[in-house]
Amino acid sequence: MTAVLPVPAAHHASLPSVDQATSYRKRRRNWAPFFLTCTALVYLTVILLVPLAAVFVEALRRGVEFFFHSVAQPEALAAIRLTLLAAVIAVPLNLGFGIAAAWAIAKFDFRGKAVLITLIDLPFSVSPVIAGLVYVLVFGLQGWLGPWLSAHDIKIIFAVPGIVLATVFVTFPFVARELIPLMQAQGRQEEEAAVVLGARGWQIFWRVTLPNVKWGLLYGVVLCNARAMGEFGAVSVVSGHIRGLTNTLPLHVEILYNEYNSAAAFACASLLALLALVTLAIKTVLEHGYLKEHS
Amino acid sequence: MSIQMEHVSKRFGDFVALDDVNLTIEPGELVALLGPSGSGKTTLLRVIAGLESADQGRIYFDDQDATEKHVQERAVGFVFQHYALFQHMTVFENVAFGLRVKPRRSRPTQSQIAAKVHQLLDLVQLDWLGERYPHQLSGGQRQRIALARALAIEPRVLLLDEPFGALDAKVRHDLRRWLRRLHDEIHLTSVFVTHDQEEALEVADRIVVFNQGRIEQVGIPDEVYDHPATPFVYGFLGHANRFEGRIRGGTSEIGGSRLATPEHAAVSDAPGIAYVRPHDLDVVATADQAAVSARFEHAIKLGPTVRLEFTRVDNGAAVEAELTRERFAELNLVLGQTVHLAPRRGKVFAEMLR
Repeated sequence: MTAVLPVPAAHHASLPSVDQATSYRKRRRNWAPFFLTCTALVYLTVILLVPLAAVFVEALRRGVEFFFHSVAQPEALAAIRLTLLAAVIAVPLNLGFGIAAAWAIAKFDFRGKAVLITLIDLPFSVSPVIAGLVYVLVFGLQGWLGPWLSAHDIKIIFAVPGIVLATVFVTFPFVARELIPLMQAQGRQEEEAAVVLGARGWQIFWRVTLPNVKWGLLYGVVLCNARAMGEFGAVSVVSGHIRGLTNTLPLHVEILYNEYNSAAAFACASLLALLALVTLAIKTVLEHGYLKEHS
Repeated sequence: MSIQMEHVSKRFGDFVALDDVNLTIEPGELVALLGPSGSGKTTLLRVIAGLESADQGRIYFDDQDATEKHVQERAVGFVFQHYALFQHMTVFENVAFGLRVKPRRSRPTQSQIAAKVHQLLDLVQLDWLGERYPHQLSGGQRQRIALARALAIEPRVLLLDEPFGALDAKVRHDLRRWLRRLHDEIHLTSVFVTHDQEEALEVADRIVVFNQGRIEQVGIPDEVYDHPATPFVYGFLGHANRFEGRIRGGTSEIGGSRLATPEHAAVSDAPGIAYVRPHDLDVVATADQAAVSARFEHAIKLGPTVRLEFTRVDNGAAVEAELTRERFAELNLVLGQTVHLAPRRGKVFAEMLR
């Protein structure tokens, strides 16, 4: 023991006085946090904040009246309706699928699990344009099922069903991806406890599994919805751009812009930007709720 | 209720978790499944609960074949190592869960459930915590709530997986005494898994020692500690020094010391391995050519006893001895001094011919 003592004692003796310590700290001021924060802020401003502000400034450039006039055009209203319709169908579908897939993957062992996980990620790794093209190849007039579909007078491509299909495809992973890591981290212990206590499958799901992931689930739904309403690439390929019929809001913005009607384009775009802001606000509230429950 | 296991085997891929296990647990008994990690004890507990199914063998609850019964129908109470309390429910709702999920015709009324939950919370002395959430409780409190929750369904058998594993030493000590008292009160057939020999010796009526998926020994604590059936049990329950020696008739010679081993009377001359507990080892400061010579390396004072560490002169192996403080002071040992070690008591196993 005594052999160890001299070391801290010597260290103590050579400690600088308080004044020296302060100046030492001043000289060696650490610039890294400052530098990194500035870089992040500049980057955020250039990439995100300036464009976001530009959308609203441009939208209101010709006055509030013109803004509402552009948004209330029949074609714009039709685009809004179609966008909402696609989201209303795609989000519940992917919610159901996401919960089922995440439950299966996180709580059970089965053959082909790795394949399922890879497939869920497919829409993230494939360009949306390709997804749209694939649907055209399958359901289009020249596609595999084209002749059969046209014989039965079913229109998918260049019609609303195609837009919904493309939207479902690109928003497919959001809920599942949000839930899988969460459920995996929670493990199976609570479910095992429930089953030993006599609970059946659905009771376990409703009373134990679902309440444990509710915040993550809502978060996934919000992200899924934002993407469903904002999707451009895949929808663009299958839409056919028929005004008032198969144009979603993002497609409508593009058409207006290409017609040099930039004020109207920005007015519609500002709706999408607003959606993004609302999404962020909900997301923040959800995260707050999650943290409150887990602190 | 009694539990009977017959030829139970279970594999996970190439790993043999349980290898032909036969065991009977008597009604009202508190049995410890003791063994190192990976020895199969937790797997056996989960097989009894029905959380895992055995590849082979059968399980009987009171002579009724329960092998094919689903977990929900077995009516076992299971306490998980990390409690597995429902995080989003209050303590009250956690304990009530087993009653609320019963089929409608056998489900108690709200007031019956409330009465039952309060009675159980009283039993575990935590009635004042009913409205709290699990994350607001200490480890020991969570463990007791987990126990109350398991008892709510009036199980016929209580299974506990490393019930004190995640607690600190003091809480652990209090809680295992409390569990013993609780068991004496409710007399529910109980099986708990542990890797802590002290815990098993203190709490259990009977100890089942596991090693590599097999049962090494079953017995009351004294029997298992004082008369280990195999070298493994000797090494696992408490510290033990290993000496090589020879068995000649009824006596074994260990480095010049002799131990009476009447159980080996039939062995005329064979190599044997002796296991000697540190407190059964005499340290002799005087020269004795016949005894085991060892160099004194280190002494640690542990309350009333002193643990001494030696290195054998002949083969460099480490040997541990435990003496009272008085005896240690009397010996007046100097670091590096050569002493002689003589086993007072020990168990000799005839070396198997491989």
